[in-house]
Amino acid sequence: MNSVGEIGGASFASVPFPTPGSRSGAKRIASRLPVFSYAGGRHADPVPDAAALAVCSLRASHPGMEHPALDGVSLRIPSGTRVALVGPNGSGKSTLLKAVVGLLRPESGSILVHGNPVGACHHRVAYLPQRGEIDWRFPINVRKLVMTGRYVHLGWLKRPGREDHELVHDILARLGIEDLSSRQIGQLSGGQQQRALLARSLAQGSDLLLLDEPLAAVDAETREKISAVIRELWESGKTIVTATHDLESLSSDFDAAFYLREGREAAPEAEAFTGIPLR
Amino acid sequence: MSWLTGPLQYSFMQTGAVAAVLIGATCAILGVYVVLRGMAFMGDALSHTVLPGLVAAYLLGVNLLGGAIVAGVATALGVGWLSRRQSLREDTAIGITFTGMFALGVLLMSTVSSFRDFTHMLFGNILGVTSGDLIAISILAALVLLCLFLFHKELELTSFDPTHAEVIGLRADRVRYGLLILLALTVVVGIQAVGVVLISALLITPAATASLLTKSLPRMMLLSAAFASASGLAGLYASYYLNVSSGAAIVLSCTALFIAVSILGSLPTPKATG
Repeated sequence: MNSVGEIGGASFASVPFPTPGSRSGAKRIASRLPVFSYAGGRHADPVPDAAALAVCSLRASHPGMEHPALDGVSLRIPSGTRVALVGPNGSGKSTLLKAVVGLLRPESGSILVHGNPVGACHHRVAYLPQRGEIDWRFPINVRKLVMTGRYVHLGWLKRPGREDHELVHDILARLGIEDLSSRQIGQLSGGQQQRALLARSLAQGSDLLLLDEPLAAVDAETREKISAVIRELWESGKTIVTATHDLESLSSDFDAAFYLREGREAAPEAEAFTGIPLR
Repeated sequence: MSWLTGPLQYSFMQTGAVAAVLIGATCAILGVYVVLRGMAFMGDALSHTVLPGLVAAYLLGVNLLGGAIVAGVATALGVGWLSRRQSLREDTAIGITFTGMFALGVLLMSTVSSFRDFTHMLFGNILGVTSGDLIAISILAALVLLCLFLFHKELELTSFDPTHAEVIGLRADRVRYGLLILLALTVVVGIQAVGVVLISALLITPAATASLLTKSLPRMMLLSAAFASASGLAGLYASYYLNVSSGAAIVLSCTALFIAVSILGSLPTPKATG
């Protein structure tokens, strides 16, 4: 991990796991912005000392639903911490993550990522969706799927370069799926699919990672690999927000937990892990 | 081989052959996206809705392709707009637009005394392609293929993972509008060969055949283009020698290829060693 120090934290688009083979390429990637950005050239630098994620009185609904999925949620996540969003199904964990990445427009309240609205910093946020969001039958291989994590840095018209390919190769190896790189994505097991999706999030090189149930219904090997990678991300200075309903590993794997119930912040039960304050 | 080369001494056969390959390749390559994104019904609808545009242009004495492009693009945008707020399901929006537009086309046709003039619009006539038509077809085909090449990565991503596209700021709905416009242009290109009624076959069948054979998108596109071009030429020759409808012959060639590949694919294959 000796190479992390030279670029980790210095740049929002820094590479998660530079390996000796790709260091020169990684450095160049880190400082690149797309010429024709998908978000239309809107771009803002991180505000110094701002929280990685600051959500204030957020209210949001799914289209066509009567009750808001989130109602008056506020939290502040300091940079470089691991935070668990805890709650039963339907409590609003996924909705909160979706609102942060801009998949759901808030009705009221604000969301700031490193001090900026989401639209100004797509490249600084990576989102790991639940597996069902993707058409796994589509004729695309694992390498290409992971490469789509680089698209936010490429923008319109630009094709992935040698550095992008090297980075993707390294990340696939990191997650132990390099031998599957030419497989069509539908031919993977559930755990392998989950690792491929995490690999894509890593390829984005974002400072803030939002993971929606990354360990749901995966095999033991995947669980171990993903947990190790998340730990290493944290050690390299990333902020990681994870939706989970696994209460057992909270105190060992997270710095703080935020409890949700029916779209509102819930008071944790007595003895429950809370960690550092999220205010 | 003279049966193959002989007819090519006629310029209408040369023009027809070039047109068949161009049209086949364009429809089939775009058709891969149509099949993978489940837009077959949309393709079928778009092709029918260019009819009023064609007939109106004919009645007004303006360029037919222009009329078709306007009608096709208007439909593409109209359906997208109707189903935008999810108060109407998209297939319902398509059904309403498509039948309404086609009926309008038929109504306009019935005002003209010689109904026969329109049979080439409905069913195509690859032998009737003029050199002027060929230039228009080439320009449109080049435009569609260039767009598919330049925006491949966005089309691919929004096809299998629109969520990730939105997360990185790429608006999947706008990419979809773009694809619908390309689809409208492609339909217009294909009308010369197989007509409005059968054009969706050229979009769907070769792509579906290719999808049975490979799990790689670029290879699927190449195979699809090859199947459609071959079917186009087969239809052209069938039309020349047997004096049958060229559009129907082209589509039936596509269908025959699909059936052949399906049957070959369902046969038990000898296990590969290792």
